[in-house]
Amino acid sequence: MEPLLQVKNLKTCFKINKKWVPAVEEVSFHVAQGETLGIVGESGCGKSVTSMSILRLLPKATTQIEADSILFQGKDISRLTDREITEVRGKEIGMIFQDSMTSLNPVKTVGKQLDEAFLIHQMCSSQQAKEESIGMLKKVGIPSPEKRYGEYPHQLSGGMRQRVMIAMALAQSPSLIIADEPTTALDVTIQAQIMELLKEMKEKTGVSIMLITHDMGVVADMADKIMVMYAGMVIEYGTTREIFKSPWHPYTQGLLASIPRKDRDIDRLHTIEGTVPTLSTMPPGCRFCDRCEHATDRCRKERPKMYVHGDRRIGCFLYEEKGGGSDEN
Amino acid sequence: MLKYIGKRILIAIPTFLGITILVYALSSLAPGTPLEMIFNDPNATAEQMEAMRHKLGLDRPVYIQYLNWLWQLVQGNLGTSYRTGHSVWADISERIGPTLLLTFSSLAFSVIIALPLGAMSAYKPYSAWDYISSAVSFIGAAIPNFFAGLVFVYLFSVLIKAFPSGGMYDTSGTRSVPMLLHHLFLPMLVLSIQQIGSLIRQTRGAVLDVLQEDYVRTARAKGARERVVMTAHVLQNAMIPVITRIGMMIPFLVGGAVVTEQIFAWPGLGSLMVLSINSRDYPVIMGITVFIAAAVLIGNIIVDLIYGLLDPKIRYS
Repeated sequence: MEPLLQVKNLKTCFKINKKWVPAVEEVSFHVAQGETLGIVGESGCGKSVTSMSILRLLPKATTQIEADSILFQGKDISRLTDREITEVRGKEIGMIFQDSMTSLNPVKTVGKQLDEAFLIHQMCSSQQAKEESIGMLKKVGIPSPEKRYGEYPHQLSGGMRQRVMIAMALAQSPSLIIADEPTTALDVTIQAQIMELLKEMKEKTGVSIMLITHDMGVVADMADKIMVMYAGMVIEYGTTREIFKSPWHPYTQGLLASIPRKDRDIDRLHTIEGTVPTLSTMPPGCRFCDRCEHATDRCRKERPKMYVHGDRRIGCFLYEEKGGGSDEN
Repeated sequence: MLKYIGKRILIAIPTFLGITILVYALSSLAPGTPLEMIFNDPNATAEQMEAMRHKLGLDRPVYIQYLNWLWQLVQGNLGTSYRTGHSVWADISERIGPTLLLTFSSLAFSVIIALPLGAMSAYKPYSAWDYISSAVSFIGAAIPNFFAGLVFVYLFSVLIKAFPSGGMYDTSGTRSVPMLLHHLFLPMLVLSIQQIGSLIRQTRGAVLDVLQEDYVRTARAKGARERVVMTAHVLQNAMIPVITRIGMMIPFLVGGAVVTEQIFAWPGLGSLMVLSINSRDYPVIMGITVFIAAAVLIGNIIVDLIYGLLDPKIRYS
């Protein structure tokens, strides 16, 4: 069966000091029907840029998005006009953002903002929209939804606001939800509740999820597949099980080794030496080479391809021999 | 909300008192007395002058004079003009209409012109449109209105002869609304021009700021079209700082009206003010001050109320 979303060779450039600098490059992945794909990596590695490039939510004047294709339900949405992409937003692909305080309009009640989601693409009266909205608020577990409907974002708690964001993303029953660090701005107990809610919604509606996070615990819990990004490129892709059991890429290894574990008593957490190269100082070879203990001269000069081993893909010369080089998904 | 309104009004009272004290003190400090300005009869004896001074209460200390004036004001009495002998209230009520007409039409005109221009240049920043409106706003903000007044009179009244150079009606004796509007246009334009310039910049900045907000992205992510994003999300938020600026325009418009009314012989409070200052007609000066201060303070309270309507955080705090 063909995947729900298939991104081939995405490249997004930002205009910095009058020059176009690539922020993400050679990004290819797919999300199958009903699957949860976790995209992980540290801040600035291009996770959010990748997701927002799909729906073209980046500032138009300073962004250039190129892709061989972005197939969604078999249709190439990268070729749509700006007018046509608004039909995909919300209706086919819903989005949940990180900071629910700034992502909700402070001068409109949450009810009115939720109504909008129903009114944009469907022909319905504002009374119907209100009923649907209240139903949706109930579904995402907001107590006394009729009262909350008339309240403003600042009157709600952070967890409550994020529930509203989820309700908004699910309102038009999209088949894919992009959740861009949905729990980062929340405290730990609320994080767990929100992840629980996302899981529950997924079970009920069968929606696929693209989950962007830097929290390895969250992906381990939610994701079927994991895509690891570093400095604007994909470096490893595989099932959650395989990647947690045996991470291949030196960066993924370092990332997993940095997670505190309660079954090991250590004084210091593992850290990856060095820092991420900036957009304008990307090395010509592997982007991780300066921080990698296995780096060779070849790594510094030549960029590794994504080598395919079964359903696992890896962008590191150490694994070149195990399988054939390919850019295919 | 009621508490919020009450607080605004309470703050306005000391401000009002402060303004009257300041104006009273300044007009007393000005050289020359009403006696010399009004009764410049060379044959008047020193005794006659002294008697007049005593009659007007000018022989008492300034703070006593002020307190007397304030006591009369509390009782609703603005006093009598030294110059005309009419009650100050009568002099002012005759002149206030034209001034309100001029300032409020300028306010409305500035807002109607500046808001769309500012919003459009923010929506397409660094476009040709943006550069044109920026140039217009910089030039507008940089031209003092006495100069703009003279240039416009020369261009529109002398060269093109499209608009009259002064007055509210022509000398034919008939009065009509179209005639009034025809006379109003030039002074209104002159009074608006500076305000339009700065309001365009303010609106542009506010809309640009809001366009970068996360909730605008959320609205787009819901599938809202650009027109809906602008009208339903951007404008209301951008209006909050713009309304503040509009409130600050009121004192500028009132002050500008004094100059503009002089240039266009507009029979309003501004020209009465200039006349009264020249003749040290304290009761009229203070009477006009009361009206202008009240107008500005009420304007500010109205702005605060609109502010509360636009921003729920203010309404509920």
